[in-house]
Amino acid sequence: MTPLSRLAGKPWIWSWIAAFVVWFATIMVTGGASTLGLSQAAFTFAAFSIIVGIGQMFVITLGPGNIDLSVPATMTLAGTVALKLMNGDNGMIVPGLLVAVLIGLAVGIGNYALIKALRIPPIIATLSMSFIVQSAAIWTNRGLRIKPPSFLADFTTSSTLGVPNVALVALAISLLAWVLLEKTVYGRWISAIGQSMAAARMAGIPVDGARFVTYLLCAVLASLAGYLLACFSGGAALNMGSEYLLMSIAVVVIGGTAVAGGDSNVPGIWGASLFMFLVVSMLNTYGIGAGVRLIMTGLIIISVIMLAGGRRTGMR
Amino acid sequence: MAKDLTKAVIEIGGARVSFGAVKALDGVTLAVMPGECIGLVGHNGAGKSTIVNVINGGLTPQEGTVASDGERLDRYSITIARARGVRCVFQELSLSPNLSIVENTRIMHRELGGFGWRGRAAHVIEKSLDQVFPNHGISSSQTVGDLSIAERQMVEIAMAFSDAGIAPRLVILDEPTSSLDASLARQMLDHVRRFVAAGGSVIFISHILHEILETSDRIVVMKDGRVVAERPAAEFDHHSLVEAMGSVAREDALHRSARELAAAPVVIRHQAAGLAFTARQGEIVGLAGLAGHGQTDLLLALHASQSNSWWPRSDSLVTFVAGDRRLNGVFELWSILRNFSIASLGDLSRLSLVGTADEAARGGEWKRRIDIRTPDMDNAILSLSGGNQQKVLFARALATRAPVILMDDPMRGVDVGTKQEVYEIIRQEAAKGRTFIWYSTEMDEVRLCDRVYVFRERVITAELAGDAVTEANIITASFEVAAA
Repeated sequence: MTPLSRLAGKPWIWSWIAAFVVWFATIMVTGGASTLGLSQAAFTFAAFSIIVGIGQMFVITLGPGNIDLSVPATMTLAGTVALKLMNGDNGMIVPGLLVAVLIGLAVGIGNYALIKALRIPPIIATLSMSFIVQSAAIWTNRGLRIKPPSFLADFTTSSTLGVPNVALVALAISLLAWVLLEKTVYGRWISAIGQSMAAARMAGIPVDGARFVTYLLCAVLASLAGYLLACFSGGAALNMGSEYLLMSIAVVVIGGTAVAGGDSNVPGIWGASLFMFLVVSMLNTYGIGAGVRLIMTGLIIISVIMLAGGRRTGMR
Repeated sequence: MAKDLTKAVIEIGGARVSFGAVKALDGVTLAVMPGECIGLVGHNGAGKSTIVNVINGGLTPQEGTVASDGERLDRYSITIARARGVRCVFQELSLSPNLSIVENTRIMHRELGGFGWRGRAAHVIEKSLDQVFPNHGISSSQTVGDLSIAERQMVEIAMAFSDAGIAPRLVILDEPTSSLDASLARQMLDHVRRFVAAGGSVIFISHILHEILETSDRIVVMKDGRVVAERPAAEFDHHSLVEAMGSVAREDALHRSARELAAAPVVIRHQAAGLAFTARQGEIVGLAGLAGHGQTDLLLALHASQSNSWWPRSDSLVTFVAGDRRLNGVFELWSILRNFSIASLGDLSRLSLVGTADEAARGGEWKRRIDIRTPDMDNAILSLSGGNQQKVLFARALATRAPVILMDDPMRGVDVGTKQEVYEIIRQEAAKGRTFIWYSTEMDEVRLCDRVYVFRERVITAELAGDAVTEANIITASFEVAAA
């Protein structure tokens, strides 16, 4: 196979093509004036979707019915509690990060406990968990608006060599996720579980262990994204996670991951996250009103999924 | 069935089909006359399933003609085939598991639509079940997913012979007896003869040669996508048939060497209702009895008792070879290599990173050893024929270090030559001290075992060892409750 036809066979290529087309269409209107600014903004905002999207992708890989709807609530709780603990003090950055990760672990344990011990389908289990977590966030926050430590605020909003720092964090996490998915035994396990849980069990795979770790991973990545987002936007808000419910699922689907499980890829998450941000900025640049903009966003997403659809079997 | 008896029900002329570089059919001509049963034999990948797909309209050959009742059909399809009374029982069971038998009947027979279809569908399928399998004990309101694999196959066979407006004229049976025990297979073969005597046609595919020899009027032997022999069944015997298929008959392979194992240590035991189950090191233990009488449950219980679903173990005692490969065997999105290596990843990885070079080397070694017919182990698992997929599952289990191998009737759809090779490997591995616990619906395989437990109604009712492992003893024990 030629390199080009191999590339065309990759499920993630469509999200990259879509992102590039939208990016190009946007800078054409402005005559190339805002190229750098638009690209930096895209990478900055996409970084948060990438981090939560990767977590969601691992969960969706586990097969039909597996989904984590507690992502937004986990982001909010981790962001509010960490900011409250750090209280603007640069010396408290590490403890704040640890608390955020601990919250992620606790949510993950809670999610899988509900799924396994009470045999609740994941969609219901994680949704009920998210009510508990969101209520906890309301209880700890009580409308306070605490500024993040100045070092973190600077770090998340600035760039290194022109690349936004949050995008670098997302890149590091993506590389780890890629190795985990493509190169490790664990990656093989979750792909096998996603294709057939019964066959995975009979092949000697520790099915419950692997699923538990996956739900943990998703919740921890969500809490990490919440921590970064709260610092980036200058304070935690109770609705800060809400747009990431749809976003985390949309980037997985547009990125070419099989919704039926077993077949995932990391690069697609990047293409899809950039695309999701760029579509909105493109329509803004064209000066389209809010209502039409939402309709067009929906239509564009649907057409990308249709183009990228037609699931290819085999060859992995 | 008042059609002309001199014109073929279906006539395929010079059909060619290739999948990429693989020639699945290389100029096959086949005419099915009314009132005859054609036995179709050949190795895995010989093109049997492909010709079946051409006949049932599922696959259009790149070259060649399809004719029916003397009329050439240029636009042949599944719908046209069904309208002409062509029915098919697939090797891969094809009923919807989430629907009841009645609902599946409605899907198969469009003619049943309209008010009161449930009643009509129930009548159609129950009548057919009663005809093919008297005293079957299956209720047509049961969900297909709740049936055992044997019962599902029975329903599928009855479905093909059922008449809901368009009478079946040509029924294609692709490995229909692979999940049925001897008595059910007998009932089905008797029905095939009755159907043929009444003027119907049957294409019968099976690896169980005596079934082919006694049921068919004419036998067609395929090899590498071509018909290599086509003669009346009376002119074949077991030996000449195997020879025509191109594998050397090794009769001696069926003889079990008597081995003294009473002193070997017990490696695994299980106590449920009935006799206790034990297996010793190096022993081949057979699980026999009528299909679906609890043999698979014992295998699953043994597997569950030895595996941990929370923490990986590198020294697992047991490994499993699936018989129902679509349910608990094959990972359909993966390549052959990944399907093969999944159970031995612990040995192939360091610091939990998979060593792809080791993996490929180990895969290549087993491809040669068990003759998996593929140009490249990186091809998709579903590109293999059913029998070759089964070989991959065998290789998966044998490549682990597990000392006990559980086999859930794994030879379904595997051809004669491959079976002999696998028996030989099993014998070698057993001599090295591995234990095989082998559920089989084929008497020839059960007779290879050192010791056999016979099941009846989900309980072990008899234990036969050494020279007592005979067909007569097993059948007796399968039908009579042992004196407790």
